[in-house]
Amino acid sequence: MPIAAPLLLSALMFAAGVYGVLVRRHGVMLLISVELMINAANLNLITFSQLLRDPVGNILVLFIIAVTAAEVGIGIAIVMMLYRQRSTVAVDDLQLMKW
Amino acid sequence: MVSGGIRQIAYLIPILPISAFFLIVFFGKKTPGKGAPIGILFTGTAFLIGLGCFADAISRGGIVEKSVTWINFPTFHLELGIRVDGLASMMFVVVCLVSLLVQIYSLGYMHGDVRYTWYYAMLNLFTGSMLVLVIANNLVQMLVGWELVGVCSYLLIGHWFEEKENSDAAIKAFLTTRTGDLGFDVGIFVLIVGAGTANIGVLQSRVAAGSVSTLVITAGAILLFAGAVGKSAQFPLHVWLPDAMAGPTPVSALIHAATMVTAGVYMVARIYGLFSASHAALAVISVIASITMLMAAVLACVQRDIKRVLAYSTVSQLGYMMAALSVGAGVAGVFHLWTHAFFKALLFLGSGSVIHAVHSNDMHEMGGLRKYMPITYGTFIIGSLALAGVPPFAGFWSKDEIVASAYTSGHKLVFVAALITAFLTAFYMARACTLTFFGDYRRRATAGDDHAHLPHESPRSMTTPLLILAVLSVVAGFVGIPGHNVFEKWVPVGHPHEGGFVAWIAAMSILIAISGIALGWRMYRGAAFGFGVVDPLERLGPLYRAALRRFYIDDLYLAAIVRPVQYGLSNFVYKVLDQKVVDGAVNGAALATVELGKAIRTTDERGVDGVVNGFAWLTNKLSFGLRRVQTGNVQRYAVGLFVGVVIVAAVLIGGLR
Repeated sequence: MPIAAPLLLSALMFAAGVYGVLVRRHGVMLLISVELMINAANLNLITFSQLLRDPVGNILVLFIIAVTAAEVGIGIAIVMMLYRQRSTVAVDDLQLMKW
Repeated sequence: MVSGGIRQIAYLIPILPISAFFLIVFFGKKTPGKGAPIGILFTGTAFLIGLGCFADAISRGGIVEKSVTWINFPTFHLELGIRVDGLASMMFVVVCLVSLLVQIYSLGYMHGDVRYTWYYAMLNLFTGSMLVLVIANNLVQMLVGWELVGVCSYLLIGHWFEEKENSDAAIKAFLTTRTGDLGFDVGIFVLIVGAGTANIGVLQSRVAAGSVSTLVITAGAILLFAGAVGKSAQFPLHVWLPDAMAGPTPVSALIHAATMVTAGVYMVARIYGLFSASHAALAVISVIASITMLMAAVLACVQRDIKRVLAYSTVSQLGYMMAALSVGAGVAGVFHLWTHAFFKALLFLGSGSVIHAVHSNDMHEMGGLRKYMPITYGTFIIGSLALAGVPPFAGFWSKDEIVASAYTSGHKLVFVAALITAFLTAFYMARACTLTFFGDYRRRATAGDDHAHLPHESPRSMTTPLLILAVLSVVAGFVGIPGHNVFEKWVPVGHPHEGGFVAWIAAMSILIAISGIALGWRMYRGAAFGFGVVDPLERLGPLYRAALRRFYIDDLYLAAIVRPVQYGLSNFVYKVLDQKVVDGAVNGAALATVELGKAIRTTDERGVDGVVNGFAWLTNKLSFGLRRVQTGNVQRYAVGLFVGVVIVAAVLIGGLR
């Protein structure tokens, strides 16, 4: 089975996610970027699960999708609370926990 | 050399009184009798052992010598030992007996004294020290006893140190005898270096064998004699003994008449083998002894203080003993030491009894005491006759032996000096007895103080020793009667000496003694002295005045030694050495300490505190810089996170490869 394509795709997705996390200021975009990185990891897991004929990778991905759903729920809730409190979701304005 | 017998335990003789000293010092005040019974008991025991030793020495003769190692140098061996022969045994008896009698006498004389217990402690320490000196078998050990008796003498002369006169006398006695002791010290060194031993027996046998150079013998003998000059109050170091009369009278009897001052004579007799080997030393001794006996006898004639008469008499008689030793009549000298100890102790204790009754030392205030103090009177007269050399009293036999020996050995100077001294001795004793015991009691007329009541006889504790000593003053000479002289067998000193008796000399010395007494009696019989009344001797004019000033010897010492030392040396020591050097050193040390303290403070404040504060400051600055890292910006943190992950990944991948 050719794995170069899925791995390349996974790498690109992860790189895009990293870029998003480091560069985008919008809180929701940050969450989306994190989601992109998680899914890149998921793709990687599925690829190797298929290559190695090992179902553990698939199972683990199912768990991750479940946990990520919960995480996104909390993340979105935080962003909404932020917006209500501060009227902004730009992360570089949120610098209360500094020296 | 003999062994066995009681002389084996002779070392107990000095140990007993010294133990008594410690017991009295530590427990005396708490025991009944305030320590006096301890002293009397211990000295009495020592006396009994001493008597046993003398008996053993008489019956068997010879020398008992025992020693243990004291100090062991690689080149020189020093022992701690005893050497008990007839001479030492005789001294045991004299020292212990006189000490015992003086201690009994002091029960009455010193009753109620402020330092009664201390007085008894010192008497015992003195007795023990004197016995250490006597028993020693080597010169270094003898020096220990020699210096100890000097210290005791100092302390006892200054017993009533509250009066400056007394403490001055004590200091004078100590310093003067120390001056002579310097010679004694050097003499011991000379002999140790030159003869290789300090042991008295070995030293004398080496001298006899001729293995010691003449120079060493002469130098050693003269230097040792310098010590005797100080201790036995010979000219020119005699000046301390009359002043030593500032001490309590029993002390004068024990220390400054019977025992300590005879230490010099004893020392010369003890190592007579050394002295008799040097003609030069003997010549020096004979000259000094002749000057001493004559000068002291003259001075004794003009004294008003009864104790000073006896003091100068002691100086004079010590000169007699030294003179005997210097003419080769060692036995005669020691014999005179033996008899003199008894009658001079008797005279001193008798004068103490008189002083106790009259409360004055001045003979011009006495007179007529014959009626009030019969026992003191009788015993004092016996002592005086013994001292004046009237037969059959003890002094006659010993004195006559010395005079005769001086004649037969051809020492004209000593012979003439001894005869003149004998006359003067008889004269001044007759003067003292007449002034004290005859005529009328003059104290009432001259002084109107509280003690003006009539004198009375002293208590039994004081008269008993007088009686015992009076008996001894009569009989002590009988052991040395010419023709039946057992004393020279008991106490062999030097070579057996012939010609200790010449009939015409004996007759002449009796005549001289009687004429001296007669002159004294005639001149002072009718004397009625009061204040301002002249002494008949004042007719002698300049000689009398010079004698009153002690022939200006004390003045000379005062001007030539004491004042320069006092104003020159002492001033220099005080103003320069003490104030500048010693104080300078002390102040300098203080200043240096302050400066050092300041320097240390600076180091502490700048250096140590600087390091500590510096670290604090550095930490502070660093943390101020470092806290900027915590910006609160999540994305910056994420950058760090990713950079870290990349580094870890790179390391892991690199590690796999």
